Formats: sequence, C-alpha cells, structure tokens
Amino acid sequence: MKYYYDLHIHSNLSPCGDKDMTPNNIVNMAYIKNLDLISVTDHNSCKNYPAIEKLCYEKNIELIPGIEINTKEEVHILCYFKSYSNCKKISDLIYQSLPKIKNKPEVFGQQLIYDEKDNIIGKEDILLTSASKYSINSILKLVKEHDGISIPSHVNRRANGIIGVLGFIPENLNFKYIEVNENINDSLLKKFKSKYKIIRNSDAHKLVDISERENYLEIEDIRKLF
Amino acid sequence: MNIKDVIKELELKEVTNISNDIDFENVYIGDLLSVVMSNAEENSIWITIQTHLNIVAVADLIDIAGIIVVEDMEVDKDTVEKANELEIPILTTDKSAYEAACEIYQISS
Repeated sequence: MKYYYDLHIHSNLSPCGDKDMTPNNIVNMAYIKNLDLISVTDHNSCKNYPAIEKLCYEKNIELIPGIEINTKEEVHILCYFKSYSNCKKISDLIYQSLPKIKNKPEVFGQQLIYDEKDNIIGKEDILLTSASKYSINSILKLVKEHDGISIPSHVNRRANGIIGVLGFIPENLNFKYIEVNENINDSLLKKFKSKYKIIRNSDAHKLVDISERENYLEIEDIRKLF
Repeated sequence: MNIKDVIKELELKEVTNISNDIDFENVYIGDLLSVVMSNAEENSIWITIQTHLNIVAVADLIDIAGIIVVEDMEVDKDTVEKANELEIPILTTDKSAYEAACEIYQISS
C-alpha cells in the first residue's frame, strides 16, 4: 500500500520549532493534510513522542518513533525505530553526551514537553541542538543495534547536511535511504537515485510547512522499513 | 616551509607516521569539507576540527601536505589508519585554529 508520509517534523521541543508545534496541532494538521504516516524528529530528543502517539492513535495516523541526531561532525541524521523503548534508549544516551550548554529561550526558542492535551509538563534546560559526542559511524552502529534505521537529513544542504560537512557521502556507511530537500538539482538527484532510495520530508518547524499528501512510500507494512 | 619545523615549534602531537621531507606553501582553515574541497590549495597545511575518515579522502584529492586537528579533538581510528596508508600526516594540538595559524605565520615570516 501507499503510505503518504512526512517523516521529519519538529515539535516545540526543538528550540527552533515554532510555539504552535504542539502535539495536537501537529497531529491535527497531519490529519487535515490526509497523511498516513508521520514521525516527529526533534533534535537529539524524543520526549514528545508519548503525547503524539496517543493523538495519532485517535486519528488513525501511523507514527514512527524518531529523533534527529546531531553527530560529532555536526551532520544531522534521522533515526527511526521499531519501538519507542529503543528510540528512548538512544535519545537518553545522546542527551547524556550533549555539552552542558544551557538553552537561552529568548535567543534559540523554548524546548517544551507536552501531554496529549497540550499541557506543558516539562522543559529541557540543556540546548538540544548541540553536537553529541558520537561520531556518525557510532550513531549508525548504535541505531542498527537497536532495530532502527538511519537516514542522513537534507544531504544537499550545506549546514548540517552530510555532503556539506563531509564533502561526499562515505560509501562504507551503506545508507539505504537519503533525505533530499527541494533545492536539489536534477543531475545530483539522478546520481543519488542510482544508489539510494530518496525520501522527501518537510523538516517543518512551522505548522503550515508540514507536507501535503504528495510523497509516498510503497510498502506492505511500515515495519518492513526496518 | 617544512612540516617538521611546524611540529617542533607548535609542539604538535603526531598521530600518523610523518616523513621528514614534507614541505608546504600555504595554510587553509575550514571545517565544512565541501568548502575545503573547492577552496584549499594543494601543498597546504589544512587546519580543521573535523576528524572523520573523509578528511583523509579530501586531503588526498586536493594534495594537502598535512592536516592539523585543533581544539584537542580525538582523531577517529579509521582516519589514522587511512592517513598512514595514503601517507598523509595528521597532527593534533589543544590550540585553537586561530592560535595555530598565527604561530605558523610567525615562524614562516
């Protein structure tokens, strides 16, 4: 079946996420846009997953536990897991490795944790967008060991995209999927298509940016992704 | 200028095997490898905080004379192995890129 997806959405737990990116607003927007499958991938944390899971269940939207990890090299990697418990394990490990730099909400934005009624139940004090101490190689290994898959984010973006930071995609990392953004040129896209499956997400930090029903994955079962 | 003089004066740590006869002509500082690839000149010393294996590939591609990894960053094991194989010197220091560059400038002038 075709799953119309948006697998890269930031909630207001990401400092750069808009204040309107609450669990209810995200899930309702995905519902309005008739998406079948979403993932909320905050920077180095998955603490809004429990609230979003309950809401997705009510709206019959499939949700993949996910996190966008910033590696030691400052490359962003989308990591998806079969189970929330494994996602949380990695999220906790990454969190512990972050430099103890305090967030300045007035500069970077709030980092809020919500319940399923959009009540604020916590906030993160440490800046979540910092680079973790894990290299890209060790992240890929850790994610694999926890039944997850790793997809490099916006590979063609200079800031935090794998090509911008590392010059090219190392062959030995054996990515199956890569994420590209809308700025990719045709020749590069053609080259990538011969090597990888391409996914396109919104990387939404604002509600209006969540994807329309336009990108789909054709799979029998989303668990087959892993 | 010879790389051995820089190692001595800046008290750099050698993490790969270094041959004695490496001369360089310029210094380039950069951490985004895509930018380094398009802008660094050959026979330069490249100062960076990146430690991924790709730094060796980039150095090899554009004929970098040697890499100085600053800010006390630990160089990945596979990076060291590949650098030894391709005979690209990697040196480390706890100095910042600015400090390292200034000191190279002083000893070269």
